[in-house]
Amino acid sequence: MVNDPRHPLIPGLNKLDRKLVRDLWAMRVQIIAIALVIAAGVAVHIVAAGMLDSLKLTRATYYDRHQFADIWAPVVRAPEALAIDAGAIPGVRAVESRVRSAAQFSLDTMEAPAAGEVLSLPQANGSAINRIFLVEGRMPLAGQRDEILLLETFAIAHGLEPGDTIEATIYGARDRLRITGLALSPEYVYAIAPGQIVPDPRMFGVAWMEREALAQAVDRDGAFTELVVQLQPGAQTAPVIAALDQLLEPYGAPGAYTREDQISDAFVSSEIDQLSTMASFLPPIFLAVAAVLVNVVLARLVALERTEIGLMKAFGYRDRDVVIHYLKFASIIGAIGFITGLALGVWLGRSLAELYTEYYRFPYLIFSLRPEVYGVAALVTFAAIGGAGILAAWSAARLDPAIAMRPPPPPDYSQALGAGLTRWKRIDHQTRMILRQILRWPQRSAITIGGIAVSAGLLISTLFFLDSMEVMIGSYFDVANRQDITVSFNQPRSREALYALERMPGVLTAEPVRHVAVRLRNGPVEERAALTGLPREAQLSRAVTAQGEGIEPPPGGLVLSQDLAQRLGVSAGETIEIEVTEGRRPVLEIPVSGVSTSYIGSSLNMQIDDLNRIMGEGRVITGAALRIDRDQEARLYSALKAAPGVAGLSLQTQAEEMFIDIMDQSLGTSIFIYTLFAGLIAVGVVYNSVRISFSERETELAVLRVLGFTRGEVAYVLLGEIAVLTLTALPVGALAGAGLAFVFAEAMSSDLFRLPYVIEARTFAYAAGVVIFVAISSALMVRSRLDKLDMVAVLKAGE
Amino acid sequence: MPAATPETPPCFDIRGLTKVYGSGEAAVHALRGVDLSIPDGDMVVLLGPSGSGKSTLLNIIGGLDRATDGVFKFRGEELTRASVRQLTLYRRRHVGFVFQFYNLMPSLTARENVELVTEIADNPLSAAEALAMVGLDHRMDHFPAEMSGGEQQRVAIARAIAKRPEVMLCDEPTGALDSATGVRVLQALRDVNEQLGATTLIITHNAGVADMAHRVVTFSDGRVGNVRVNATRIEPEALTW
Repeated sequence: MVNDPRHPLIPGLNKLDRKLVRDLWAMRVQIIAIALVIAAGVAVHIVAAGMLDSLKLTRATYYDRHQFADIWAPVVRAPEALAIDAGAIPGVRAVESRVRSAAQFSLDTMEAPAAGEVLSLPQANGSAINRIFLVEGRMPLAGQRDEILLLETFAIAHGLEPGDTIEATIYGARDRLRITGLALSPEYVYAIAPGQIVPDPRMFGVAWMEREALAQAVDRDGAFTELVVQLQPGAQTAPVIAALDQLLEPYGAPGAYTREDQISDAFVSSEIDQLSTMASFLPPIFLAVAAVLVNVVLARLVALERTEIGLMKAFGYRDRDVVIHYLKFASIIGAIGFITGLALGVWLGRSLAELYTEYYRFPYLIFSLRPEVYGVAALVTFAAIGGAGILAAWSAARLDPAIAMRPPPPPDYSQALGAGLTRWKRIDHQTRMILRQILRWPQRSAITIGGIAVSAGLLISTLFFLDSMEVMIGSYFDVANRQDITVSFNQPRSREALYALERMPGVLTAEPVRHVAVRLRNGPVEERAALTGLPREAQLSRAVTAQGEGIEPPPGGLVLSQDLAQRLGVSAGETIEIEVTEGRRPVLEIPVSGVSTSYIGSSLNMQIDDLNRIMGEGRVITGAALRIDRDQEARLYSALKAAPGVAGLSLQTQAEEMFIDIMDQSLGTSIFIYTLFAGLIAVGVVYNSVRISFSERETELAVLRVLGFTRGEVAYVLLGEIAVLTLTALPVGALAGAGLAFVFAEAMSSDLFRLPYVIEARTFAYAAGVVIFVAISSALMVRSRLDKLDMVAVLKAGE
Repeated sequence: MPAATPETPPCFDIRGLTKVYGSGEAAVHALRGVDLSIPDGDMVVLLGPSGSGKSTLLNIIGGLDRATDGVFKFRGEELTRASVRQLTLYRRRHVGFVFQFYNLMPSLTARENVELVTEIADNPLSAAEALAMVGLDHRMDHFPAEMSGGEQQRVAIARAIAKRPEVMLCDEPTGALDSATGVRVLQALRDVNEQLGATTLIITHNAGVADMAHRVVTFSDGRVGNVRVNATRIEPEALTW
């Protein structure tokens, strides 16, 4: 800031404030750049916290208002009276029995049949656990046997409205049902078919109908197939589950489970956990970087004001006035950044949370932000700003006015780091100036390098998610599961069913699958899982290693996925206890013969013949993996629709697309935001670094012009510095990004997903590209000032 | 070196040179039509109160600033309407500047400061020769921060002369120095003028310095008031101020 002679400073607070306004205006680009860094830090902090708080509060409110169950206890068939016994179990607040059955829907809008479930409506009186949210239409009328409520997402996916009918196969009987209303339920926030990894609103439907009508349809008159339980506040889960299991075991209960194993809540919770992890890692980094940067930049800016400070003091301002003046200056920048960040953060946080409610079907969104979230952001911002302002202004204010008004003595380079190195003869003197400038102020250079590196690191570590997901998706869909279609039956069927599938039009290969529900135990650790029986040399659905090679269970042995092995604390060669929770409920010790890699879900495989031997029910299957001829798809689907016992299909290509879609929407949006803000940090660091360097060295650069150096040669001296710093920062940033990505991969892996630690070369290239682009743009902006450099004015300033 | 003969064009031929800063009411007339001819090889001292136009003239003929009106020729070549690039080349090849505040590159040693210029010059002296001419051959590897004001100014002179300039333009070269140091600087300027034959223009507030010049030009109010040719010149060491 060169003092403008046309506006002499006259003592008086007003004048000082007028100077403040003029200075702020003159430095608007730099101020915007600093404010952007603050805004990025504040916004990321608020986006993450806001989205997280809102999702948590929305979930809690929804679950609470709709009496979401704590425990589910399925059975094959149990007499209604047992529900009363269950209600007497200590710790239980309320119990409701219901009928729940698999169903298959046939739709005009889709060739393939859709899988689904039919549930009896919650009882209208009182407790009504898992109460439904009626979006549109009305409840089915008592006595109207063909009336249903349909899950809203499924209805929308097929363009169905109240008043329309839909064809459903329930318990082997095909019926046309009338839709009276569209509903949402806390049980289907994430509406996903059992055994699937991704919700597909087209492929999975849920219907609710009158209890009596459904009970009769599935031959469960006077009986129920599931108890849903709410616990008393503070009650222990385990004893209630044990009591329920004991009570229901004679009725074919595979075991009661909690919200942790309720598929919708498990997914929602996993997502919230991931957001939590992101929110606890990234925003503090952003905020800290912003704070350090702002501190450094402000300190350098105030240092440039040396002459003006001398002048102010010469006019009789006290040190305190000077400090307050620069504090005001700093506070205004802080306030601009903070308010921008706040507004941006609230807006983005809200939009993101809304986006989440799009595919996590909450009926409403409650946007919330705890006051302490704002508090932390405000505190960090003003600590950074105030700290920088006070330190820099105070050191400037202590200057003797007469000394302050003279230009500072030439900085001493004789003691600078690496002086010997920079005497190297082979470089020209302009390059020498660049290197010495960098080495003379190692701290400043380090902070610029650090800032750029952090920016690059953040870019890499957030883009890493995309790389990781690509590997995750590739491994699951292209390497482990190579079938086109997975068929599931609603109950175990004889081997004949497989042959029937093989004979269907368009089926090229069919491989049998059998799933049974099991509890795995290793000492005190217990895990619920699905044990899958696979044929020998399975080619379609199989377990694979991290390198993508198939890993097959030997006769009598198990192969389980790494996540399961870790949770159970077992490794290959050890033995675990398996309790099958269906059929004749065998309990056995089986050796673990191998550990596979599964990034999505868990897998536990053995040979299907072994499994059938254990179960003693003959050679049965519960599903099959098919490879098909695409040209005969339509004919195959109609054959499958007509086939008895087919609960549903999962179409591999569609599932993959769905999965990518969802990842793009949820994680993709977050990544976009983090990437954007990482870029903003780069802008803030690089632009300010170049701009302040320019101010500090204006005279030097003007003298070079006077000496006959061309504009380009002079630009080289100034911009070469940021080029060297940027290029030095890139490898540091790559390392930081790789490290941060590793931490993310570890921290964000859950029971449902594990992020493989893979960073593609293009991610590094992209991050480098962004940083270099920002550097070049900033350089060009300053370069235009350099071209307009007024040699006469600059030289006069010394007189 | 003798003054130029009438047949060769003068080093600088200046006709009706005008410089106006700003416009309208706020316009400041720094030069109001200056006519001046400066022969090759002359040592010229420009005198006059602050704001009389001497720095403005020096800046224009040094190619740092542009005239509003009028013409100036360097060795017969008109530079009044030269492009930015032409002026840059003009400064690079022909002009050596010395400023009141030295303006050395603080990150380069004395030798490197001189070499900075010789790197881009066509037929330069070596840095060692140039520094020897100002008596600083023993301080070549020191940084500006390690040198006194007088030493820094002599490095600045060495930097200016190293390219063997045809013109030396010095704006208050002794303004920031005590008299003893000032004399050393003036001796250096005289030596350069005599040994390299560079036409040397020196702005000073110190009327005493005028006695060492061939020619003394006095400015007042944007015009040349008086041009005096010294019949005898006094050696710098004999100057008083």
